[in-house]
Amino acid sequence: MAGELSVAGADLELIDVRKDFPGFTALDDMDLHIPAGQFFALLGPSGCGKTTTLRIVAGLETPTQGRVLIGGKDITDTKPHDRPVNTVFQSYALFPHMTILENVAFGLRQRKVEDPLAKAQAGLDLVELGHIGARRPQQLSGGQQQRVALARALVNRPSLLLLDEPLGALDLKLRRQMQIELKAIQMEVGLTFLHVTHDQEEAMDMADTVAVMNKGRIEQMGSPEALYDRPKTAFVSRFLGQSNLFVGKVSEENPNSVSIEVGGAKITVDKKRAEKHTGTVAIGVRPEKATFHEEKPNLGADHVLIGPGEIIDIRFTGVSNQYLIEIPNIGEITVFAQNVGKSPVVELGAKVWVSWKVEHSFGLRDLPDGTEDLG
Amino acid sequence: MKALSHLWSGIKRGSLPVYSLIAVVFLLTPIFYTIIFSFNKSLRRNTVWNSFTLDNWTNICARQDLCSAVGNSLMISLISTLIATALGTALAIALVRYRFKLRSTVNFALFLPMATPEIVMGAGLASLFFNAGVGPGFVPTVIAHVMFCLSFVVVTVKARVQTLDPALEEAGRDLYANPSQVFWKITFPLLLPGVLSAALLSFALSFDDFIITYFNSGSVNTFPKFIYVAAKGGVPAQANVIASSVFLLAILIVLATQISSHFKRKRLQHIK
Amino acid sequence: MAFAAFGSSTPTTKGQTKSGRVVLALLLPGLIYLVLFFVIPLVSLVLTSLEAPAASGRIGEYVPGFDFGNYAYVVTKYWPQIARSFGFAFIATIIALLISYPLAYFIGVKARPWPMLQRMLVTLVIAPFFISFLLRTIAWKQLLADHSPIIEWAHQVGFLSPSQSFIGSNAAVVFGLVYNFIPFMTLPLYTSLERLDTRYLEAGSDLYASPSKVFRKITLPLSMPGIISGTLLTFIPIAGDYVNASRDFLGSSNTSMIGTMVDADFLQNRNYPAASAMSVVLMGIILILVTWYVRKSGTEDLL
Repeated sequence: MAGELSVAGADLELIDVRKDFPGFTALDDMDLHIPAGQFFALLGPSGCGKTTTLRIVAGLETPTQGRVLIGGKDITDTKPHDRPVNTVFQSYALFPHMTILENVAFGLRQRKVEDPLAKAQAGLDLVELGHIGARRPQQLSGGQQQRVALARALVNRPSLLLLDEPLGALDLKLRRQMQIELKAIQMEVGLTFLHVTHDQEEAMDMADTVAVMNKGRIEQMGSPEALYDRPKTAFVSRFLGQSNLFVGKVSEENPNSVSIEVGGAKITVDKKRAEKHTGTVAIGVRPEKATFHEEKPNLGADHVLIGPGEIIDIRFTGVSNQYLIEIPNIGEITVFAQNVGKSPVVELGAKVWVSWKVEHSFGLRDLPDGTEDLG
Repeated sequence: MKALSHLWSGIKRGSLPVYSLIAVVFLLTPIFYTIIFSFNKSLRRNTVWNSFTLDNWTNICARQDLCSAVGNSLMISLISTLIATALGTALAIALVRYRFKLRSTVNFALFLPMATPEIVMGAGLASLFFNAGVGPGFVPTVIAHVMFCLSFVVVTVKARVQTLDPALEEAGRDLYANPSQVFWKITFPLLLPGVLSAALLSFALSFDDFIITYFNSGSVNTFPKFIYVAAKGGVPAQANVIASSVFLLAILIVLATQISSHFKRKRLQHIK
Repeated sequence: MAFAAFGSSTPTTKGQTKSGRVVLALLLPGLIYLVLFFVIPLVSLVLTSLEAPAASGRIGEYVPGFDFGNYAYVVTKYWPQIARSFGFAFIATIIALLISYPLAYFIGVKARPWPMLQRMLVTLVIAPFFISFLLRTIAWKQLLADHSPIIEWAHQVGFLSPSQSFIGSNAAVVFGLVYNFIPFMTLPLYTSLERLDTRYLEAGSDLYASPSKVFRKITLPLSMPGIISGTLLTFIPIAGDYVNASRDFLGSSNTSMIGTMVDADFLQNRNYPAASAMSVVLMGIILILVTWYVRKSGTEDLL
């Protein structure tokens, strides 16, 4: 069944795409290349331009400037109904006046494909809903509607499948289950998937490549692991997981590392993990990479050590404990400690030092909002 | 004491349903009266109950002038409903789906005819036709009917367009339907219930209109005009027959759609 | 606000020129119609109201002019009709509101557990629309005629003095107006009450409000849009109606309204300027009242 539906996806290319709406710019000179067969996620908060990008690819919006290419073919001026692209809409947009089977057959009938009902039935079977073809959309649960919307798009064998927050309307448990199914279907049919979401866990979980968008631009693009391990902007470091960020002037630079001075402490990052080597630089570390000590430890140059500070908040989340530590002249730092029973027993108000390995530091290209360039 | 307070709360709880029943009976009384008197073997005037007869029903066109008036009314209502529904549906789609300058002005302009008393609209159109040297008649009447139905069509269809998810049309475009296919396969079927009820309302308004028609129809007789003139000397029972059959037909249509939609909804809930 | 444009729907975002053409194609026919047969007639009405009699002196012949005398003429001659029209409209609207509100409340709120009953009741409320307005009024004329059972009873109980007729009185006209326009009042009331979230009422009584307080502080304000549109939909047509007041229906020569005079001047006396001036006066007073009312109730966006 899947064999019949699977086709080689095509690659998608956006060249210098810009979209202006009255009063603001939704997309700012965006360049993007998605290789054929990839599961690609556009991740960002609402209003970042990710849905606009998707709608431009679908042909539902016209870019103010720039070109859109699918499989090397320029489709910028092609009408939506002439594009080899199908969309799974956020609200599913199943036609309420048609049966499920007719919904799935709609695109096939429009293109005058032979035997549309049999092919639609095969599409429904793929998403394991072959038995409900005679029903109406209103009679299905959210999860079933989502799968019908997927089948309705997939049966047309598009070069590119666009998914607009496809799991947004489902409850958490169903969402996680559908993530697995969606990924499995993508592997099975081998299409190029462009998935738009604001849920970082969803993007990290499913996509081969994630592009993090903010204010109409792509901030950073890469594999989920790379994005998490080495965020390059303050926005990415905070949108994907949590980060402790330190801003200071570069005090020391040598061939391997860059150090800044913050509140009397020295914070170092490997040069190859730093985007910027001079002037005012922001350096960050993930909370789970940092540890704290009740007595000042004796650590070498391969560690960053700051403190002492005071524990001002402790939260128990089950898997880990989250400590908030206030260090004079530096600020608040979050540290996650795994809940394995041997972590130090500390209380609110305890005096602690915080340390992490230099190799876990990352240096950002920009500064967090609200901090000043120190000149 | 306790029994008394029980009684009191019972009255309080029961008073609203009883009141509503009385109010509905009050609303229906003249309808019953009109239907009953369609079976009256009336003498010269159909004002006093004489005896039961089916003659009026079997012999509707005993008054030739009445039948031709009804024919005119049907024709006028049908034509003006078609025009008003087409114009109003287009306006409603534009007003809900598109943002354009002057949108609120257009909205307000379309509200104004509803805030204009019939007599003003009737006299205004009559003065326009008079000043333009066009005599009253069939065409001016249709023009006038389209005008006063238009706003009601816009309001009714607008409500329906507002419930239509634009993503459905986008899904159609995405699934290889060109703009006209999207309209006829998706937009129109989904708007149809709203368009139909607008047409029904428009037909009812037009068929029953008296004042505007009186000013613009000249020698063309319509059903309401016939009754108005006949009211002086006595309305023949055949008029009751016509009104009763129109009423029964309309009520049947409304009830049938309501019952079918009720059971449809029930069935949906059941399967879920 | 900016975020709204990212949503899936805003049509501004489509190809601007193309959608511009579509909007124009959708709007133009209807708007041209509106201008030709609504705006221009009103202008024509105003112009006619200023016309002066032709030099020939023949009845029905007038020349364009700026004769404000027509207004002075109709206001001095017809002020009783003007006063009666708005008086009737005012009283009938209030009575219709008082009768309709409990009915709409029952259908919209109390009957919610029985959707079938709810829909049946709505159908019954609009049922009068399906039968001739004139025949309904004639039915009342006969039901309330002298020697009819209802009037005989009213005589006996003393509601009416022995020789008094009901038909032909101001009360009969107001009665007919109320009856004929109740559905116009009940429907909008029902629509707004049907949407009323009863949890607000529960929250109100939870917060120590007595049932009458809950009604005054919660139900009534929330149903205000229905009250406004209901009263407008009732008041405006009543002020212009003259069928109920006609002596062939429920009124007499002593109950004539503005419409009666417009009808007489336009269709019988062929005094077009006077009839037009009268219509303009009616429209003007209505516009002033409606504007004041809508401002006062703070629901301009309702329109």
